[in-house]
Amino acid sequence: MGAVLVAVLGVSLAGCSSTGGKRAEDARKAATAQGKAAVNTPNWTFGMVTHSGDGDTFWDIVQEGAEQAARKDNIKFLYSHNAEAQQQAQLVDSYIDKKVDGIIVSLAKPAAMKGALARAKKAGIPVITVNSGSAESKAFGALTHIGQDETIAGEAVGDELNKRGKKKALCILHEQGNVGHEQRCEGAKKTFDGKMQNLYVTGTNMPDVQSSIEARLQSDKSIDSVVTLGAPFADTAVKAADSAGSKAEVDTFDLNEKVAAGLKDGTLGFAVDQQPYLQGYEAVDLLWLYKYNDDVLGGGKPVLTGPQIITKDQAAKLEEYAKRGTR
Amino acid sequence: MTATAPAPAPAPSPDTKTDERLLKASPLKKLMGRPELGSVVGAVAVFVFFSIAADSFLQTNSLATVLYAASTLGIMAVPVALLMIGGEFDLSAGVMVTTSALISSMFSYQMTANVWVGVLVSLVATLGVGVFNGVMLTRTDPPSFIITLGTFLMLTGMNLGFTKLISGTVSTKSISDMEGFASAKDVFASTITIGGVDFKITILWWLGLIAVATWILLRTRVGNWIFAVGGGEDAARAVGVPVAATKIGLYMGVAFGAWISGQHLLFSYDVVQSGEGVGNELIYIIAAVIGGCLITGGYGSAVGAAVGALIFGMVSKGIVFAEWNPDWFKFFLGVMLLLATLLNHWVRKRAEATK
Repeated sequence: MGAVLVAVLGVSLAGCSSTGGKRAEDARKAATAQGKAAVNTPNWTFGMVTHSGDGDTFWDIVQEGAEQAARKDNIKFLYSHNAEAQQQAQLVDSYIDKKVDGIIVSLAKPAAMKGALARAKKAGIPVITVNSGSAESKAFGALTHIGQDETIAGEAVGDELNKRGKKKALCILHEQGNVGHEQRCEGAKKTFDGKMQNLYVTGTNMPDVQSSIEARLQSDKSIDSVVTLGAPFADTAVKAADSAGSKAEVDTFDLNEKVAAGLKDGTLGFAVDQQPYLQGYEAVDLLWLYKYNDDVLGGGKPVLTGPQIITKDQAAKLEEYAKRGTR
Repeated sequence: MTATAPAPAPAPSPDTKTDERLLKASPLKKLMGRPELGSVVGAVAVFVFFSIAADSFLQTNSLATVLYAASTLGIMAVPVALLMIGGEFDLSAGVMVTTSALISSMFSYQMTANVWVGVLVSLVATLGVGVFNGVMLTRTDPPSFIITLGTFLMLTGMNLGFTKLISGTVSTKSISDMEGFASAKDVFASTITIGGVDFKITILWWLGLIAVATWILLRTRVGNWIFAVGGGEDAARAVGVPVAATKIGLYMGVAFGAWISGQHLLFSYDVVQSGEGVGNELIYIIAAVIGGCLITGGYGSAVGAAVGALIFGMVSKGIVFAEWNPDWFKFFLGVMLLLATLLNHWVRKRAEATK
């Protein structure tokens, strides 16, 4: 009996991993800024509604930033999301019914949100728009827009591709019907001296994404760069290029742990970051400033959080931050 | 027609004076036999639950938001329920809503026509999709599940393809400055303020559809045909029910619902996103099933589907009012679907046992 116990203990100890896993994650979590409220303003409630689908890593980082600012500013932070425009507008209505003290909303489908924002204004609730909708934000009566101008971000990609001497690029759109994505590829086309083509894939189905890119790279060997519009797709594009035997460099919008690692070891060329953490953090913080001190940032112009071109040089530090879920 | 010997008159037995089908059932028994009973019980339970769990749920404004959410779904759930009673599915119903909105918007814009022209063209085209579904089903062999799956994929592709081809982007251009927009908005997407609370006009459309569908089902010959083709197609055909016409009509009913929903989308938001609507067809079916429709056909009610939509609206918005994490919404939906189906099954068994 005792021998069995010793054996089990021995196996479980010997079965420990000295790298990675939950223990490493907890150590990293300890390194994130937690802590208590830094102010003694009333415990206001802010609600955030985004156009994110279910389980989107980008929006996890936005939420992480918003929650951090909410902790610091003594805010009760609520979050909900829906990819269908009509549902998203109804969620904003629900927060208005709840009489929250501030609303943060993404305007990927601006026309659908117009009425909801007007109702928020009528109810006297300040609104800040984030991520998408820089063109409409002011007209809809929002205080400020925080995000990146997708066209400018696209242009930055075109410039960077020129710098790298690329001739033929592929722009991978993983969400048919997303206006922001169209603008990114349009912007890149505008400044890129070579030839750029769009390829639509089904972003909710990774194997399909991989096989579509693969087929395209197999059929056209002259493609020397692939630009994906979301971090999770960069890794898939690399796999696709490998199995198609293509030499194309993969570049991507947005950042995550895998992308940072890929930049570090050279499997990816560069990434264009729009700093989602900042979008969530600043939105909450600016609403707090407005409630506390009537401050409005940006002078009627959008506050830009990107584009920031990230290459091999910054990758090591950012990988560490991406791992803890803040970049 | 061969002459048959006249059947001998049945000898009146002393104990049964009348045919048992003509017996007066007690009101309670009648109620127990209604398909929507289970969903009504469920709706009351969900309502009480969220009234306790979320303090802002019971405000009139919140209830108006819940009703709006329920109505946008219910406008589709009612005709879908009728179709399911008729024993068929329509998987193209979700994207058909988007198709309908896109046709109105792009036709009006490209032709620089009065917006109402686009709305009517869209009605004809959407009904055409319904006819296509119905004719394909009645003239060919595959089940409706497969036929409408094909339609669903074709419409999804056409929504994106045509929009990109005609407008150059993935969403339509604004038509709010065109003639007829204001009056069409009044009809499809206006807000009625009663006692300081804003109610959306879709709630009226929804109630209207429930009334019409219930009248058809319970008070007309067509209603009997719908139950008959859903209960047993061959038997229905044998007694002279026009099976093909009934099914085509049911598909046109779903198309009509899609047209109303599509126009509502267009005139609320003025711009239509071409990629939307995918996946909603299952939500309509869920609402109908929660409301007591059988997946095999021949049983169900329009009121039940409407109550199913109401439950859906209460849960989706109640989770927000209760400040829960919306990640769990689908989980609750699944639990509710199972509970509702089990409850419906139990109620039906009890009702049949006491007959």
